[in-house]
Parts: sequence; structure tokens; C-alpha cells
Amino acid sequence: MRRTLSIWVENRSGELSRIVGLFAARGYNIESLTVADTLQRNISLVTVVTTGTDHAIEQIVKRVDKQVCVLKALDVTDLRHAEREIAVVSVKLNVGPALREVLQLVARNRLKLVDVSQDTLTLEATGDCSPSTKSSRCSAPLASGILCAAARWPWPIFRRARLVRKPSTRQ
Amino acid sequence: MEANLNSSATTVQEDYAAHTPRDVVRGARILCEALLHEGVDTIFGYPGGAVLPIYDELAKMRDHLRHILARHEQGAVHMAEGYAKATGKVGVVLVTSGPGATNAVTGIANAYMDSTPLVVFTGQVPRKLIGSDAFQEIDTVGITMPCTKYNYLARNACDLAEIVKEAFYIAGTGRPGPVLIDIPKDVANEKAPFIYPERVRLPGYRPSVLADPGQVQRAMAKIGTAKRPILYVGGGVIHSGGTDELLELAERFGLPVTPTLMGLGCFPSGHPLCLGMLGMHGSYWANMAISESDLIIAIGARFDDRVTGAVDKFARQAEIIQVDIDPSSIGKNVRAHIALVGDAKSVMRQMLEALPEEACRDSSVRLAAWWDQIEAWKVHAPLTYENSDQVIKPQFLCQELYRLTQGNAIIATDVGQHQMWLAQYYGFKGPRQSITSGGLGTMGFGFPAALGAQIAFPNRQVIAFVGDGGFQMTAQELATAVQYKTNIKIVVMNNNYLGMVRQWQELFYDHAYSAVAMEWLPNFVKLAEAYGAVGLRATRPEELQGVLERGLSTPGVVVMDIIVALEENVYPMIPPGAGLKEMVLR
Repeated sequence: MRRTLSIWVENRSGELSRIVGLFAARGYNIESLTVADTLQRNISLVTVVTTGTDHAIEQIVKRVDKQVCVLKALDVTDLRHAEREIAVVSVKLNVGPALREVLQLVARNRLKLVDVSQDTLTLEATGDCSPSTKSSRCSAPLASGILCAAARWPWPIFRRARLVRKPSTRQ
Repeated sequence: MEANLNSSATTVQEDYAAHTPRDVVRGARILCEALLHEGVDTIFGYPGGAVLPIYDELAKMRDHLRHILARHEQGAVHMAEGYAKATGKVGVVLVTSGPGATNAVTGIANAYMDSTPLVVFTGQVPRKLIGSDAFQEIDTVGITMPCTKYNYLARNACDLAEIVKEAFYIAGTGRPGPVLIDIPKDVANEKAPFIYPERVRLPGYRPSVLADPGQVQRAMAKIGTAKRPILYVGGGVIHSGGTDELLELAERFGLPVTPTLMGLGCFPSGHPLCLGMLGMHGSYWANMAISESDLIIAIGARFDDRVTGAVDKFARQAEIIQVDIDPSSIGKNVRAHIALVGDAKSVMRQMLEALPEEACRDSSVRLAAWWDQIEAWKVHAPLTYENSDQVIKPQFLCQELYRLTQGNAIIATDVGQHQMWLAQYYGFKGPRQSITSGGLGTMGFGFPAALGAQIAFPNRQVIAFVGDGGFQMTAQELATAVQYKTNIKIVVMNNNYLGMVRQWQELFYDHAYSAVAMEWLPNFVKLAEAYGAVGLRATRPEELQGVLERGLSTPGVVVMDIIVALEENVYPMIPPGAGLKEMVLR
């Protein structure tokens, strides 16, 4: 089962590697990983999305929690939290109609225009992480562009992001 | 030498106090002073390029900090572990960068698996060369991350004192373990003021000592009503110094006690409540008792696969109370019904105080049938072997060692047949007498570990009980043993085979022996003599007593080469994948 873990850790060098190593050593795949500062000085919040049996997740949370510099490790999946995803997409433009189509998409889906260059548009989409939202909002630009990055953030208490590099260019 | 070490350590601290605290000294000096503040008097190590500044400082401090020069870094770490296991103090190691660090990894991993407190200092190339593939550079922090409790790369000399303070605190508290500090050469040369911090600041590290009182009450209620309870006790009891509490707990209720390999000695093995070791080569009645129990009280033991056999067949009717200082050990392999997270000694004390008086009174009646059953199992399959007047049986060797030392020796072993026979036939009387490589199963551990224990206790009888295979892995430490004028005795159980592997090949691979025969062995007697030690050999049963008596009473380092039966198997045995009740008796 897919689980979201929030890990508060003292900001010392090598701590992220130590935490990620615990997952790697047990053969767990990390789907998504983000590290960010918190308002507390010297405390970072690491958010990990991983998949595993309940027993395996419980074990890994305990293992992470007992690390010397980890203040708290928590499986937030079943706790009240909000998730947000951000996708940044580069669209290569061919001719006039394509541009119009993309601009319509931008308007209809509340996308944000981040950058315009000679032959590309870069768009930003934010929303929750449900697959339907993702596809309806992103599939059209995706079909004609490159998804540069997608990041996910659970709010307000917990924050995480996902970075996906997905080069998919249209013929 | 030992006699004046402690007294001089205090004088030296007073000398340092005379410094103004802002005295600027180099990193190497900060390190040595920090060690003295931690009460360290013995370091096991091996020098090299990256630790030259530290060794330079050590030479100036040789009256206060004794350095034991091993002959291999692995040996140095094992010695420190033997020292730590025998004394309960934190063992200290100092090695150089690159190969010094990688050679130490086996020892560090061994200490990690067996929860032994160590602080390991490794040299590192100068900061500006890190990452440049410099001579003798290796990412020591990266390599040792999975096998240390914590590790550090010291970036500045001014951080060193705090790092050392933290390292000793982390290594010795909670579930103990090795902590490594990687020190770049230029950090050891860099100057900084020496200020030893009063306390550590580790907000993420707060090992619990006392368990939740409500849980303790629930646990005691269970113990007060269980019909077939058993105490399953491990190394945690020894680490916490909780042997008296364990004895009291067991005696008040008349509970059967089965120790793990790491728990040997935490409960007197001759005690009527002691069932002996459980697990793969444990006693039949201990394994039957835990399998048929309705309540397992696990204290400082981690349900290792060598103890449980097939987990799905393990003690199906039992409820489990698990006492462990490490929350991640609770329910890891076997589900715990009541978890008591805390220090074994303190939690047992809590349990004793929470004990309802009426619960103890009827316990002998309540448990009478249970004890009858255990006695029946004991009669059905006692621990036994067929002795011989032609060859020395290894079990007989262990019994003779027990008889001649009256169970009072400190004995260190490697891993394998000799380790299991000693566990079965040597009744350890007290804690910190059995020093063995349990979790990692390291060949070559026993001799240097025994040497570390002997260095800690020069006047005690310390024996390295090793196989012919394992001894050859760290035999070079004979030079260390002789150089420091120790009285260590090495008993080589010589069956010309890697015995445990041979046993498995015989039983599970249809006798197809593959690379297990030591087709060429050195003459251990002459090897001992070459190192300046005494070598003795026994080949026939009638020679054994004489050789052991002479060997144990001869001053200095003695190697006893005991030629034992070649193809003896360790029984009883739980075959791989089987449950505890499916023991093969012989």
C-alpha cells in the first residue's frame, strides 16, 4: 500500500543519505522524496512516499524514528492532511492553431504561464494529487510537450513534493 | 601498569584544568583530552598516514592513554569489543584512513549486530583532498552508515570536543552500539580552544528508561495468571546490568528461564530455574517449553531467526510480553501483545514493584503441572553425546574446560560448532563471561576479543575458544598478546574442518563436501613458539586433562591445539525452515 511519511530531522550533513539508505537497504522503492526547511531553525522536514505492507511500513517508520538525529517520523497517510501537486510543462509550439489551442487550455484549466521563449511555452499546473485531476489538467499539454517537473506538497501540516522527469515529446 | 592508570587519569585531568579553558591546542590534542574526560585509559589501534598527528599526541600522553598496537585493524576492533563486553565500558579504536577504515568494518559491523558500545576514530585525508580519490581515501562515513549507531565526519577542530562527547553518550546509552568519528588529517592539525561540553544536545535521541506503568500493570496481571509462562532473556539484560532483577523476578514466580546465546550468563546456568539456551542448537526442553508456553516474557532479546526457527510455527499459543529498549525491536519478527519499551533493568524493577503479592503465593501451585511437563521433556531428550576413548570429543573438551575453570573463566568464541558446543556444555556462572560473535557470526572474532578482555582484566582467567578455521583468520594477534605480556590462553578446537559448514553439507547437501576441509593446517604448536608463546597439543582423550591443566596454569600466552573428532555434529538441531518443535535430536 502507498504510504506518505513525514520525517522531522536535525539539519546535519548526511542525514538525508542516512534516512534514504534505510529504505534502500530493505529494498523499498521511494516514489517521491522532498526535503525542505521548516520554520524551526536547523530542523528539516523530509517527506517520503513509498509502498509496502503495513508491517514493513511500521518497521521502517520505527527504524527511521530511532535514528539519532530524527526528531519524529510519522506515517501521515491516515492522518488529516492535504496534498498538492505542481506540474511544470514545456510545450513546443509549431504553428498558429496550436498556440491558440494551448492558450485555451491555459484558460480552461487555470494553468499558469511561467515562461515564453521563441518556440516554447512553459506552463504550471497545481492541484490535488488525484489521478483524474492530473489527467484532465495535464494530459493535453503533456501530449504536446515535455513535463519538466512535477512536485507534490501536502498541506497545511505536512508538506511533500515529487520531482518527476518525464521526457515525452510529440512526433 | 593498570594499577596506576586510574589514579594518574585524575591527576592528568587536574593538570588540564590548570590550563586556561581558552588555550588553543590542535585537534589531535583536543581528541586526547576529550578521551581522558570520558575516563578512557586504553585504546586499540593501528597507525597510518592520516592519523600521524593523533599518534604524535598519543606518544606524549602514553602515561595516561595506553595504546594497544594490534596486528590488523579488524583485530583492534574485536579487541575493543572484547574489552567493552567484559567491562561494560565503551571500547575505543583508532585506525587510519582508507584500508585502515575498511579493515575495521567487519569489527564495527560485529559490534553493531551485538549492540556493543564502541567509539571508533578513523583518519581521513585532508579536507581539501576529500572527493579527489586521494591516496588512502575512502568514504568511511558512507561505508559505515549502515553498520554504526551513528557516525560523524569532523569538519572543524572546534567541533571535535562536542562530537566526542556525543559519540560516547550515543554509544553507551539506549541500545548500545558503535559510533564512528572520521577525522581529516588537517582537522587533527588545526588549532582550536579545548572546551569540553558539560552535556550533550541531541533532541532526536532520548532513549526511554522506564516503561509505561499501565503496560507494566497489564504485564504483571498476565504473569500472575499464566499457566505456562517462560522468561526468554537476551543480551539486553547484561547490557543493562539487570541480572539481580532477573533472578528476583524468576525466583518470586518460579518462572523457567531460557537465555539466548547473547544472554548466556545473565542467569546462572546451574540454577534450577534455568533451562539452558534455546534456538537452533538449544536444549530440547527449552525449545519445547517456549513452543508450548502460553506466555513469553521476552527481556532484551530480539526473536532472532536462530531462536524462533520458522516464525509462522513459533509459539502459536503464546501471548508475548516484550521488554526492549529499542522500539524498532518490538514486534519486528514476532508480534508482541504487550510492549514495554525501556531499559531491561529498570523495567524489571518496575515489574517487581508492581507485583501483586497474592500473585506470587499461588504461583508454585499454578506452575506445578508446567514444571512437571518441562521435567518430562528434559528426561525425554537430555543434552548428551557419545564419549569416546579413542578421540577427544569436542563436547568433552567443553566439559573439561568447565570443570577445570569451575565455570568462572571469561571465554570468547568465534562462530560455528565450537561456539555452539561451548554454549551447550560450559555453564557460564555470571554476566560478561561469555563473549561471542552472535549476530554477525564473525570467524576470527574470538581470539582478539578474548585478548581485549584479558587486557581489561589482567588477573582473570581469560580463554579464547576457537576453531582451527577461525583462529587462522586473526592468529597474527599472537604478536599483540605476547608483546603486552598477557596471560591469555587459546584453546584451538582442531577438527581439520570448517565444522559447521561441513555439518550443513553433510546434512543438507548429501555429504558433498565442498571447500570445507583444511587440507593444509599450520602446526599450531610451532606457530605459537614462533610468536614467543607456549604451544601444547592433545590428540588422545587421556592427554586432554594434562594439557589443559598445564596450559591453563602456565603463565604467559599459551596455545593449546586440541585435536578433536573430525566429523562430529552439533545436536540437537532445528533444520533450516523447521519450527522449534521439529528438532533433530541426533
